[in-house]
Amino acid sequence: MKFKAMTAIAALLFAPAAFAGGADDDTLVVNGDIEMTTKAPAPAHLDGALDEIISGWHFRSDETQQLQTDDFENQGMIFVDQAMDIWNTAEGSEGKACADCHDDPADSMTGVAATYPKWNEDAGEVRTVQMQVNDCRVNRMGADAWKYDATDAISMEAMIASHSRGMPVNVAIDGPAAEAWEKGKEIYYTRYGQLELACASCHEENYGNYIRADHLSQGHINGFPTYRLKNAKLNGAHSRFKGCIRDTRAETFSPGSDEFIALELYVKSRGNGLSVEGPSVRN
Amino acid sequence: MRLTAITAAVALVAGAAFAETVAPDDVVYGEYGEVNESLTGVPGDADNGRMVFSTKSKGNCVSCHAVAQLPDVPFQGEVGPELTWTGEARSAEELRGIVANAKHTFEGTVMPAFYKTSGFIRPGDGYTGKAPEGDLPPILSAQDIEDLVAFLLTLKEE
Ligand code: HEC
Ligand code: HEC
Ligand code: HEC
Repeated sequence: MKFKAMTAIAALLFAPAAFAGGADDDTLVVNGDIEMTTKAPAPAHLDGALDEIISGWHFRSDETQQLQTDDFENQGMIFVDQAMDIWNTAEGSEGKACADCHDDPADSMTGVAATYPKWNEDAGEVRTVQMQVNDCRVNRMGADAWKYDATDAISMEAMIASHSRGMPVNVAIDGPAAEAWEKGKEIYYTRYGQLELACASCHEENYGNYIRADHLSQGHINGFPTYRLKNAKLNGAHSRFKGCIRDTRAETFSPGSDEFIALELYVKSRGNGLSVEGPSVRN
Repeated sequence: MRLTAITAAVALVAGAAFAETVAPDDVVYGEYGEVNESLTGVPGDADNGRMVFSTKSKGNCVSCHAVAQLPDVPFQGEVGPELTWTGEARSAEELRGIVANAKHTFEGTVMPAFYKTSGFIRPGDGYTGKAPEGDLPPILSAQDIEDLVAFLLTLKEE
């Protein structure tokens, strides 16, 4: 008891300013136009595990936050432009471009990112945006599938996400998606690796705390794909999951695996109510 | 054969100073998670313990714990409690148990077990993300644990 009290006092005395902890109170408006919901009441299916859901944007430094407020500073938007070129270019044995069937993505792709991963009735599977794009490439264009989270695939995902920015994440978790959602939930709470840490150990029990130099967020994916300053490219959610599991000294799963598809659905659903931010900027 | 016999004889002569290292699965934890016997019989070296505490590839304890006595180590974490007074608050036996496997002291704690080799889910080969080939060594050696205990016991308010 005495020890705890002393610890608390000392933490106040010794903590450097940067260790203030918790989410900040800034507000995110992109291009002076798109108002983002970055804090929202936790969805009911979290059963009280969190009171409030908070975008990862709040846990980044002011400098990093600033970069996401303007598309000319957000380097992720360069990849969005590149994806627009691909969108308009015919490829594959059918000689078709995405644009031939979907016209202007500002119309046809609005709201798509907010509801994926999503159950596809004909295929009888939960599909991520990348899986759906590959389905169009292979079965409607006669082109090769893109490798999961590789540059073309992640750039296209970012372009599609950009047309949902500001809209609330709203993935369905019931009906035929329920099985994958349950599987994703189980993975989220499993303590993997030699360090025996679950996603929840860091992103639910310890968000707001520093782990070494990293300010832990709630680990939402409303901002994906993310442009990371660390590797100066767009990063997919599955690649981020892979890195987080690897850091628990565990054998990871692969991007595009059934495990990560289920985990993407579950993690995305934890952020139901936050705005789609992709492509966001993180460190 | 002969070599083994000689080794055995030397071990006998050397006696207590070369006492057998306790393997991870053989560590005996008390009711509150404490470990009474030294894991090596060799006294801990606090200087090495300090290094293990702050080095990423070793204990990396600073990633979760702040310690006022290490002002030169940047970015001390705050997932676990500050350990500036641990040497006053905890005994060597308690600290040995906590560092070897804190789950016996704090049920369900996020603090990893540093002297444990079995019972993991999808353990990896260090930070490679791949499955290990062969047996998994503990994250820290028995002597590292003893050295950490010696270091933690030096943490007192001055
Ligand atoms: C030959 C026409 C055709 C081409 C070319 C095509 N698609 Fe599609 N796409 C469709 C159809 C039809 C659907 C609806 C399929 C379904 O619901 O199963 C669809 C669905 C989608 C969806 C899901 C939309 C939603 O509301 O759920 C995305 C995303 C998509 N396509 C992206 C692309 C991209 C990116 C390309 C180019 C790489 C592309 N498509 C090329 C016909 C096409
Ligand atoms: C050892 C602690 C730890 C564990 C365990 C962990 N992560 Fe992370 N994760 C981090 C850190 C540190 C970051 C970077 C800072 C931040 O955004 O939290 C991060 C970032 C993320 C992000 C990016 C958030 C954003 O806004 O861009 C996502 C998503 C994520 N983690 C998901 C997961 C999932 C899913 C799991 C379980 C498979 C997991 N993490 C396990 C430490 C962890
Ligand atoms: C992933 C974060 C993490 C790491 C890494 C970690 N710890 Fe801990 N540690 C904790 C937490 C959390 C507690 C509090 C126990 C609880 O209530 O769960 C704790 C408790 C302790 C305590 C007991 C404090 C007290 O008296 O109550 C000691 C001593 C300690 N840790 C030492 C270490 C040492 C030494 C290392 C490195 C070998 C280490 N820890 C690595 C998270 C961590």
